[in-house]
Amino acid sequence: MNLMEHMGIEPGRLQFSWISSAESTKFVDVVKTVTASVKALGPNTTYNKQAVKVA
Amino acid sequence: MSGYQDKIKEVALRLLKDGSVDMVIGFRKGTLPMMNEPCFIRRPEDVHQLVWDSNCGINLANYLTDRKEKIAVVAKGCDSRNIVTHIIENKIKRENLHIIGVPCQGMVDKRRIISEFGDTLLDVADDGENLKIKIHGSEKSLKKTDVLQSNCAACIHRNPVLFDELAGELVPEQAGVDRYAEVNRVEAMSPQEKWQYFEDLLSPCIRCYACRNACPLCYCPTCFVDESRPQWVGKSQDPIDIRTFHFLRAYHCAGRCTDCGACERACPVGIKVRQFTSKLNKDAFEMFGWEAGMTLDERPPLDTYKPNDPNDFIK
Ligand code: SF4
Ligand code: SF4
Repeated sequence: MNLMEHMGIEPGRLQFSWISSAESTKFVDVVKTVTASVKALGPNTTYNKQAVKVA
Repeated sequence: MSGYQDKIKEVALRLLKDGSVDMVIGFRKGTLPMMNEPCFIRRPEDVHQLVWDSNCGINLANYLTDRKEKIAVVAKGCDSRNIVTHIIENKIKRENLHIIGVPCQGMVDKRRIISEFGDTLLDVADDGENLKIKIHGSEKSLKKTDVLQSNCAACIHRNPVLFDELAGELVPEQAGVDRYAEVNRVEAMSPQEKWQYFEDLLSPCIRCYACRNACPLCYCPTCFVDESRPQWVGKSQDPIDIRTFHFLRAYHCAGRCTDCGACERACPVGIKVRQFTSKLNKDAFEMFGWEAGMTLDERPPLDTYKPNDPNDFIK
């Protein structure tokens, strides 16, 4: 993660979590916070390979 | 320098003659100035080819991978650390090696010399302190410490960490050098600037994989970039594919890289490949107090679990 951010991925776009299958509420919380923080950052315009356009 | 060279020859001759090794891996003069090449000496009569000067930047640990015969290998500080890493990773047996340690005074940045004098150099000779550069019709002397490779200028492990005998007196280690100056400079940038910095850094990359091939850590039978089922990373010149190759390769070197600079030296277009690995080296040092290849007695942080491993990034 450090290297990803070092090469220009915004902090907050890449996140790690450890959730047991029994922790349903933690799962929901994590999904909510991750979506909120990624939405706040906006679309990923950098590390995003454009599909090849075939004429 | 010639003292080192004589001693290396003397040791090589002795070991080959008494049959204690099957082969000596060292350097011989290349066909161009500053391009010493690795050589594999099997017969006592070939020992005279061996050379030593400040153009021996290639990492010889790269040629030891999975070797079964008895080998004597010439090793400067960084090579010896990669040999330790090879032993820890079961890529070579300690008992099959006779390590001729060379206390190192740094390797010369051939690109700096070429950019200053053009590529019509006739000869570059090294007398230990100075480089004598011969070009058509003139000769110039440069102080060696002014033209070292950037990793060598900031190296604090010049003396071999593991050896059977030495080719010269141990050298004083450099103090007060900032190994992470470049990393810190990039760390201070904003995400957009960082992205752009690496975009510019990698734009000349032709994906020849010379950096990977020169690296002693890159010994996978099939590298992830060469796999096609599954295909982990696109094989095109798309900047995203290039970037993916570089950061993934760097991750494979995490906690293993000794900052020998072989990758940068090998790159035909002069990309500062170490910009990726240096960050990981700094992280390994700050998070785990780890420098690769310093000891045979400790497992690397990425293949052991310790209760106090930093894990704040897991939410
Ligand atoms: S990194 Fe250190 S040991 Fe390796 S070549 Fe440079 S000065 Fe010598
Ligand atoms: S050696 Fe240079 S050009 Fe070749 S793949 Fe590595 S960085 Fe790219």
